[in-house]
Amino acid sequence: MDNLIWIFVSAMLVNNFVLAYFLGLCPFLGVSGRLETSFRLGLATTFVLLITALCSWFLNAYVLTHAPYLRLISFIVVIASTVQFIEMAIKKLSPALFKALGIFLPLITTNCAILGLAIFATNRGYGFAEGMVFALGAGAGFTLAMVLMAGLREETEIIDMPVLVRGTAMNLIIAGILSMAFMGFAGLFSST
Amino acid sequence: MTIELRSLEQEPSSTKLALSLAFAGLISGIIIISIYEATLPTITANKARELREAVFKVLPNVSTMQKLQFDNGKLRVRTEKGADEDTIYGGYGSQGQFVGYAVEGAGPGFQDTIRVLYGYLPEQRKIVGMEILESRETPGLGDKIFKDMAFVANFDDLSVDPEIKAVKKGTKSTPYEIDSITGATISAKAVVRIINEARVRWEDRLPAPGNEPKLESKKTKDEG
Amino acid sequence: MAINIKDPSAVQEMMKGLWRDNPVFVQVLGMCPMLAVTNSAINALAMGLATLFVLVGSSALVSAFKNLIPKQVRISLYIVIIATFVTVIDYALLAVFPAIHKELGAFIPLIVANCMILGRQEAFAAKHTVGFAVMDAIGMSAGFLIALFALGSVREILGNGSLFGIDLFGAGFEPWVIMILPPGGFITLGLILLFFNWVTERKARFLQQVVAAEQARG
Repeated sequence: MDNLIWIFVSAMLVNNFVLAYFLGLCPFLGVSGRLETSFRLGLATTFVLLITALCSWFLNAYVLTHAPYLRLISFIVVIASTVQFIEMAIKKLSPALFKALGIFLPLITTNCAILGLAIFATNRGYGFAEGMVFALGAGAGFTLAMVLMAGLREETEIIDMPVLVRGTAMNLIIAGILSMAFMGFAGLFSST
Repeated sequence: MTIELRSLEQEPSSTKLALSLAFAGLISGIIIISIYEATLPTITANKARELREAVFKVLPNVSTMQKLQFDNGKLRVRTEKGADEDTIYGGYGSQGQFVGYAVEGAGPGFQDTIRVLYGYLPEQRKIVGMEILESRETPGLGDKIFKDMAFVANFDDLSVDPEIKAVKKGTKSTPYEIDSITGATISAKAVVRIINEARVRWEDRLPAPGNEPKLESKKTKDEG
Repeated sequence: MAINIKDPSAVQEMMKGLWRDNPVFVQVLGMCPMLAVTNSAINALAMGLATLFVLVGSSALVSAFKNLIPKQVRISLYIVIIATFVTVIDYALLAVFPAIHKELGAFIPLIVANCMILGRQEAFAAKHTVGFAVMDAIGMSAGFLIALFALGSVREILGNGSLFGIDLFGAGFEPWVIMILPPGGFITLGLILLFFNWVTERKARFLQQVVAAEQARG
């Protein structure tokens, strides 16, 4: 149990996917303009991360034991098709949910956080429960980073600042400061 | 341009789509398998060499090593290829006499799994060397566990009783304490924890000093 | 299909990736794998070269088979092609340069998720001949390589006081460790982009002044 909590906290705060591993930067810098959108994108990403953890665990446990060299290709193909399948299912079963979260799904599938999760979970030899908790933590961390970033960006829109700085350059520097703040969470582990 | 024109005229049948995907998959599979087969011998040889070098580094005065396997309650010479979590390495001197064990341990560090190899002399109950086999600790901070030679030297003569303890840098006062690293306490403590765990795990598995498996004449050094 | 290197348009295709359409500084693409590995110059260089191999290889293949690839499944096919090349370079690095592979670790497979590579297939390779596609790929990955290298050198020099592992400042230098940590990656890239914006703006203003002067004279 301790181990699972450790994995969750580590993936969410200390080794935040966006702010420490630079995974999922494209939506982080591209979509994080509005708080509401960012939060929904975060939720949708968490959902896809959970599916990814499930797929990669299944592939690692039953399919790839004898063919490690097919890992990358099979991860991509299986994750992409599973997400597409679920997208179709949601569209059919719950149009409202699809409108809220589903539109992000194709965008998320090509996001490096997804593949990154599968690869990290494999490299660390996570089992089923560990993999799911890892995905949940990574998703929570991604959502947190997105929401924080969106909040900050909404603020920067109304303050006076040179045109030259606006845009990606400023967002990256803000992200750098956020990342520095998140490094403080390392202190959580000093007692272990 | 031709693609767009054609797709306006007629939709390709789904059989054709499936066929083109299958064909691409087949080609890519063949390419991947050939590169895997082509590089496998070099990769295994590299890994074996790396491990051998590490074993010779953590055990002083060793000229041969062999793999030892713990199963059915006793330690025997491992003749199969590869290694698993119940494998350790025995180091032997130039006369073939037993010197010590090299034991591998792994556990979570600050960022990712750390794999550690340490040399252990069972008779003196002492650790005589430590080498980080794999770590992805933060460059500049956590990677001091293998870049900071003063920290690594802590493990050159370290008593394992009652257990290893990391203390604040410069306050080492007993033979079982090690000076931690400023700015990398978590990684340093992780190394200590991994070694302690591995040592406890192997404590009862190792035969009494003097009864170690003898060196078998078969050269084991070059296999994977 | 063979093209003359002296052909000005082919050279143009290559040069545009270096500055005007630089994938990192101008288009801000492919950042996921790049920021994480640019904590030293050598890692940045290795990552850039691996990306070059993947991009050139897949561009050549995609442009060669562009007429055979059905439109509906093209993205999946591009990804399969890219993933194949990435697996090849992954194993090749593991065999030939195990030390570098250890450093880059999990980030080599992530080249697949580099949006720049997929973007070039869709935007360029699928519409041009092999020669042009390869030139474009070389230019783009050279631009990517330069960006990675600039970032990696700055971070290594400031964060570790060295370049390619060679000590630059001697023992008196206290390294700015933050530069090789993740925040340093964000901030360095932010500042480089800022510089890029500034240069571009200065250039535009200068051109404007030239035009105004011409008009005043004429």
